[in-house]
Amino acid sequence: MTSPAQKTPERSEPSRGPFSDLVARLFREKPLGAAGGMVFVAFLLCGVFANVLAPHAENDTNILSRFQPPSLEFPMGTDHLGRDVFSRVLIGAQLSMIVGFAAAALATIVSIILGVLSGYLGGWVDMVIQRMVDAWMTFPGLVLLIVVISIVGPGLPQIVAILGLQYGIAGSRIVRGSVISVRENMYTHAAQSIGAGTLHILRKHILPNIMPVLIVLFTTRVGAVILSEAGLSFLGLGLPPPQPTWGGMLAGSGRAYMYMGPWLALAPGLCLTVVVFAVNIFGDALRDLLDPRMRGLR
Amino acid sequence: MQSYIARRLLALIPTLFFVSIIVFCSIRLIPGDVVDLMMSQNDISTGQDRAKVEAALGLDQPMIVQYFRWLGNACRGDLGRSLWRNTKVTEQLAARLPVTFELGFLSLVVALTVAIPIGIYSAMRQDTLGDYVVRSFSLVMLAIPGFWLGTLVMVFPAVWWRWAPDIDYTPFFEMPIKNLKHMLVPAILLGLSLSAVTMRMTRTMMLEVMRQDYIRTARAKGVGEIRLVLQHALRNGLIPIVTLIGLQAPMLIGGAVIMEQIFVIPGIGLMLLEAVFQRDYPVVSGVFMVVGIGVLFINLVVDLSYGWLDPKVRTS
Repeated sequence: MTSPAQKTPERSEPSRGPFSDLVARLFREKPLGAAGGMVFVAFLLCGVFANVLAPHAENDTNILSRFQPPSLEFPMGTDHLGRDVFSRVLIGAQLSMIVGFAAAALATIVSIILGVLSGYLGGWVDMVIQRMVDAWMTFPGLVLLIVVISIVGPGLPQIVAILGLQYGIAGSRIVRGSVISVRENMYTHAAQSIGAGTLHILRKHILPNIMPVLIVLFTTRVGAVILSEAGLSFLGLGLPPPQPTWGGMLAGSGRAYMYMGPWLALAPGLCLTVVVFAVNIFGDALRDLLDPRMRGLR
Repeated sequence: MQSYIARRLLALIPTLFFVSIIVFCSIRLIPGDVVDLMMSQNDISTGQDRAKVEAALGLDQPMIVQYFRWLGNACRGDLGRSLWRNTKVTEQLAARLPVTFELGFLSLVVALTVAIPIGIYSAMRQDTLGDYVVRSFSLVMLAIPGFWLGTLVMVFPAVWWRWAPDIDYTPFFEMPIKNLKHMLVPAILLGLSLSAVTMRMTRTMMLEVMRQDYIRTARAKGVGEIRLVLQHALRNGLIPIVTLIGLQAPMLIGGAVIMEQIFVIPGIGLMLLEAVFQRDYPVVSGVFMVVGIGVLFINLVVDLSYGWLDPKVRTS
């Protein structure tokens, strides 16, 4: 008990908010999850500063240095056009993070809207929304994404919108469940009985109480979205080609070159796996700390 | 049991309705004009009356009429014709569905034969080194994208040993051995990624069941450990695992799309991708609908199998 307490003094400022409390608990109780979070933050920083960190421009071609194996100048080798793989992986991290955060944020908003409408209003609204969610979730995520992309065409805004919608609708079930449990609490009934308006109750009573669920939902969605975007890019339906996405760098169309430069098949997949792994264990740890009831959900 | 089945079937109706709306919208939201597309792709001369083509397709009718006409046709098994091959979509589906079904079935067999014994082992040896290895493995498998594993399997054996997985499809009933040789690698890859979740679930369920009183009673009566697990614990532990298989059906189909693309397996996943790149929209929406209904059907079977596995469900 005393040893973890010795670590905290450096971080304990005079007034500790709920956020730094959570961080402290994460490091103390879930070191593995904290490590996952740190790895994720490292990738996030790589993404943010990708343009500064990248030693070469990601789309600079150089015929003279095609298929260079990893070296000091090209830490991850070069591809069939002589582009530096390391720089491309860094910019790929940036794109993954943009898609991950934007789509996960959108997904969370969609989940809140649907989940709150369905869970708080109940009745026929709930019935209709839930059957629609059922129907939507019947379709395999990837198949749905392929079909929608074939309609709206590939591109960053489309990808973010459709991934956000996809995961938002799926996640609305979880939000609905927690809204229903909060709605039945005494303080909600009390607020209703003194005549508080619906919006007021939602803002002051429901939303703050489902916050832990939303945080966990958002975190796990970031990983899922990054993986989905990579899958789409792999199939040639993600961001259009010159963009160095991790999925696109592994795409089937470039496999012929991987036989000549096997290193091309390694870095993007490894980054993808490490990021998703890190987000998963970080999300699991957050969930255990914030809302143990969600255990088993993904 | 009959009323249970009837209730399940009734609950399916609203979902089916919304599924049909989603598929119908996906057809109507197609960019550009289907008529233009058909006219250009079938080399219909521009002089031909456009309105005639529209009328032939029923596009001059109000949306609601179009919907019911489409629904009626779909119910009779008419999903339209491919814009490129001019064959019926249903014919193409009939040729391709069994291929995906085979891949899915083999993957499921791989997933279950890997996941259930290892999950049980992990639960029996809770918090030992073996348990940690199993749990880390399943966490890593959850994070590794299937398409990367597939790419690695295609590239590295070829570079190191001059060996590459077969990508030459032969139907099972013509040359079963050759067919299985082709399907085995993708089925193992897909099965392994599916096994991660099942493994975790089996472990959790076994841990929970093994702590129950009736297990202690059986043990006190002197029931052997193997019989205890297989006959007493596993049946109760299996119920959530069956649900999980149902929930994984969409994942399985999504994974099949990827594996079919990498290993050039002519199933419905590859059919969908080809159709998307050729802008063959009747085929896209045909596959879309069949996949949706397929998943609904799998979930129904899973629901019904509860009743069989767990007598409590039938009466509740």
